Amino acid sequence: MTLAELICPAGTPAALRTAVDAGADAVYCGFQDATNARNFPGLNFTPEELGDAVAYAHAKGAKVLLALNTYPPAGKVDLWRHAADLGVRLGVDAFIVADMGVADYIARTHPQARLHLSVQAAASSPEAIRYYCENFGVRRVVLPRILTIPEIRQIRTEIPCEIETFIFGNHGLMVEGRCSLTNYLTGQSTNMDGVCSPASDVEYARHEDGSMSSQLAGFTIDRFGPDEKAGYPTICKGRYTAPNRAQSYYAFEEPISLNLSRLLPDLIDAGVHAFKIEGRQRSKSYVRNVVRAFRQAVDDIRNGRAANIADLVALTEGQKQTQGAFETKKWR
Amino acid sequence: MSVRIEAANSARWPGNLLASRLACGVLQPILTRIVRRIAARHPSLFARLGPYQTADFVIDPIDLPFAMHLRPDPDRLLFRAVPRDAAPRADAVIRGRFMLLLELIDSQEDGDAAFFSRDLDVTGDTEAVVRLRNALDDVDTSIAEDTAAMFGAPGRAVLARLRRGYSADMEKD
Repeated sequence: MTLAELICPAGTPAALRTAVDAGADAVYCGFQDATNARNFPGLNFTPEELGDAVAYAHAKGAKVLLALNTYPPAGKVDLWRHAADLGVRLGVDAFIVADMGVADYIARTHPQARLHLSVQAAASSPEAIRYYCENFGVRRVVLPRILTIPEIRQIRTEIPCEIETFIFGNHGLMVEGRCSLTNYLTGQSTNMDGVCSPASDVEYARHEDGSMSSQLAGFTIDRFGPDEKAGYPTICKGRYTAPNRAQSYYAFEEPISLNLSRLLPDLIDAGVHAFKIEGRQRSKSYVRNVVRAFRQAVDDIRNGRAANIADLVALTEGQKQTQGAFETKKWR
Repeated sequence: MSVRIEAANSARWPGNLLASRLACGVLQPILTRIVRRIAARHPSLFARLGPYQTADFVIDPIDLPFAMHLRPDPDRLLFRAVPRDAAPRADAVIRGRFMLLLELIDSQEDGDAAFFSRDLDVTGDTEAVVRLRNALDDVDTSIAEDTAAMFGAPGRAVLARLRRGYSADMEKD
């Protein structure tokens, strides 16, 4: 049986302490800039805060993983290099990277540093994963959320590194690290600026009938009825009209969250080393409840007991959950 | 961009205009004390607000007969109760039941989940709201309990009672 480490999100120092206290084996976080894919207003860590966070986590036996998982625009790599140097100096336990240039810089400059390949790299075949392992010494891959458990089991036999899979949170299935939908409407890049649906471009409007519409950069991307559950204002989860459709429909994906609580034993059996909880943009309340629930579940499984998973549906997007492609590729 | 409280919400308390003004008058010194104490205890809040320290937020607890106006400017803090019909134009309006808003401030509830369930409404400048949420979420201690403690045992008892009622309501839902 693998260790089944629990990798938990933190958008603020207080959230990191909450995650550690709730039983995280490792917490991932980022700086307050474009070097990570949750570059949201008021979120993330100053270098001083990260140093304190590393000390807090290490004192309690937890690790800190620094997300440098965006892509530097051509000729503008200094911000990412500086962040990597800073991360080493502050004692983070690993870097989560997507860009080959960033991986190469860390591998050459800080050969002792541990590299994890971000889901943003969208490496989903043994060939792609091996390339990163052989050229940059990647020790763990975070798999895209498009693979079935039998496929993960097969990949495990063909790669020389650990596997991390998402188990809860946002269910974004676009070719990760390649999505340009936000860029198309706002001019800001999810992959290079670290902002998907920047808050400065989001607007909500309530209507007299009790419905609520969400807009991004002036384009309406959904309208929720008075009693309908809402989702994030992202283009990929928008509902659109089309000439060949009688009603508006979710053209790309639906507002729904991943929840693999029932598949944990199968994932462990398939050789998954670490379970990732999405949600650095979420509150301490979310972190506390989700981490506690999965800590209990993983410990139960490792001790040979049936896992008793707390009901987390209230925390899911649209208050709906799915096992997605992990269960079957026919999930939609 | 600036927004106002919806007229429909102002009209919800037509018989309480006088009560609303009286309540605002009584509450004002208490709210001023509360916000000054929070600012003194959690100065790091302001860094996360960035350029939105001078933004005007109207917080609209739909089950109370008044709204609240917050301008989190560390140099000129403003937190006041306002009758709905006299609420100022704001950069952002945050609307929900009082206890939900209190539990959000205290990170006992998750803002995204409250938004998904439609229990929380946000209009106006979304970035201002996101910054305020993230700033409050980085506070380790309980703002509600700190505030209740300002009023000693009666304050703590009121908070405990409000929370018990809220939990019971949640279980019914």
